[in-house]
Amino acid sequence: MSTAEETLPAALEAEIRALAAAEPYPRGASIAALKAVQRHFGWISTPHLRAVAELLGMSMDDLDGIATYFNLLFRKPVGRHVILLCDSVSCWIMGRDPLCAHLGRVLAIRQGETTADNAITLLPTVCIGHCDHAPAMLVDDTLHGDVDIPALDRLIPGLKEQP
Amino acid sequence: MSAAQRPLTAMIDPVTGPPDCTAYERGGGWQATRKALGTLSPADVTDIVTRSKLRGRGGAGFGTGQKWSFVPKEPASERRKYLIANADEMEPGTFKDRWLMEGNPLQLVEGMILAAYAVQAGHGIIFLRGEYHLACQRLEHAIGQARQLGWLGPNILGSAFSFDIHVHSSAGRYICGEETALLTTLEGRRATPRSKPPFPQTGGLWGAPSVVNNVETLCNLPPIIANGAEWFAALGLGDDGGTKIYGASGRVARPGAWELPMGTPLRQIIEEHAGGMRPGYRLRALLPGGASTAFLDASALDVAMDYASVEKAGSRLGTGMAIVLDDQTCPIGMIRNLEHFFAQESCGWCTPCRDGLPWVERLLDAIEEGTGTQEDMDQLGRHARMLGAPGRTFCAHAPGAMAPLASGLKLFADDFADHIAQCRCPQRHAA
Repeated sequence: MSTAEETLPAALEAEIRALAAAEPYPRGASIAALKAVQRHFGWISTPHLRAVAELLGMSMDDLDGIATYFNLLFRKPVGRHVILLCDSVSCWIMGRDPLCAHLGRVLAIRQGETTADNAITLLPTVCIGHCDHAPAMLVDDTLHGDVDIPALDRLIPGLKEQP
Repeated sequence: MSAAQRPLTAMIDPVTGPPDCTAYERGGGWQATRKALGTLSPADVTDIVTRSKLRGRGGAGFGTGQKWSFVPKEPASERRKYLIANADEMEPGTFKDRWLMEGNPLQLVEGMILAAYAVQAGHGIIFLRGEYHLACQRLEHAIGQARQLGWLGPNILGSAFSFDIHVHSSAGRYICGEETALLTTLEGRRATPRSKPPFPQTGGLWGAPSVVNNVETLCNLPPIIANGAEWFAALGLGDDGGTKIYGASGRVARPGAWELPMGTPLRQIIEEHAGGMRPGYRLRALLPGGASTAFLDASALDVAMDYASVEKAGSRLGTGMAIVLDDQTCPIGMIRNLEHFFAQESCGWCTPCRDGLPWVERLLDAIEEGTGTQEDMDQLGRHARMLGAPGRTFCAHAPGAMAPLASGLKLFADDFADHIAQCRCPQRHAA
């Protein structure tokens, strides 16, 4: 990783400073700051974590305790798109396991992995509150319900092509 | 039901989208804020809410007025206090708060203004789960508009009361719904629950008095203040006032959520509103109010869905969102799925929960995969007893996790025995 990639861009640093200033104590901005980094880079690398910790006046381990605790903060690189396939009870009843197996075959990855072309990361997620349209999933920020195999087959090629 | 009987959802229209400030006012919105800030003292507001018998809609069912009554009484201008909307809807099978926030975010905003006025809190936070992207956009938009029109900000309606709201988008952990873990998260720490006392009402966020109320609870406040405690209490069919968002998921004909009188019989929810089971399926059992409530079987369908009645039937009203188990889904598979969730979502703070829940999951794995033994059954029973009793773990996570297990061990005893005797899941190998 080059030096340029290890530091935070000036605009992102300013955003994090503003988040910290809006809190009674800077550490109150931990999650918002880590999410800002993730929005920019897709994940939170160790150099970036260190930079954020410095801005918030926290130790890196302290902040990493938060970064590794929350389901939606990624401490490893992910693909250009992230599929969060619900694995909670209503979706399980409505057949999420066969969908997961199908995705595994089509993408040639298991849950927790990223495709070889770096297009898609497949992750399980806890209930996403779309149980009346189970099985459900989030593709990046977009909610999909009543998911079936044809719907997945329509979706995947487009995701692979999208930047 | 007429719009007047559906005060939470009357203004929700999926076609036109959420009402803006003008449409909200036309639908009866802001009346309550005008009335409260113009004619009622904070104590009056608390009194009306207490008399309405509104109880927390997040699952625990604590009296809302009573919860507020513990907050120190200084005016907002003299002491920093927080009013927090718990919008971390992560109970599996629950999708009611998302409907309310996406459908009519201004009603939550107004509910927060009223609650904040009652406890004299100047700072409002919506603790929103990170996966609710559309709700986040709509809330931000509603807050911006309300601020522009003077419903939020300094000296609302020319009164001495100032209040503003900001949205905290979380990053996904079930335990954040526990109110003290929620506060810990907002302080930029891992979401572990805190010991009480101090209770949040006296020593909450950053040590300041804080009230945490569920979204549905807060959305009830504008109609209560506008129409009065007696009107609200009369909406319920039994002892508990108001309406409730009930729901059903699983293999029912029409999964969904409906605003119905508090105390609506479970049978009416499942058979009438959800349309009964899908063709070819029979109802085996259900979790009446989310993953952390005990199973009820078909014989309990006539229970009224209010706090006391569901408890008497051996479960909890919880979130009021039922998850239905059909006759062609393995109950042990379902319990394994639930315990996987609870094991994963344990915050790891106390040993019985951190180590006990994964142990339970492994035992269920073994039974479902056909390698379980009678000894495993005894071990499951021990866990259900030890972790299920309150007070043996730091918070209510593990007792909640044990509710479907303990009830399932009784209700599905034959299924467990068959798995062990046949060394396989009979249901999965039936085809």
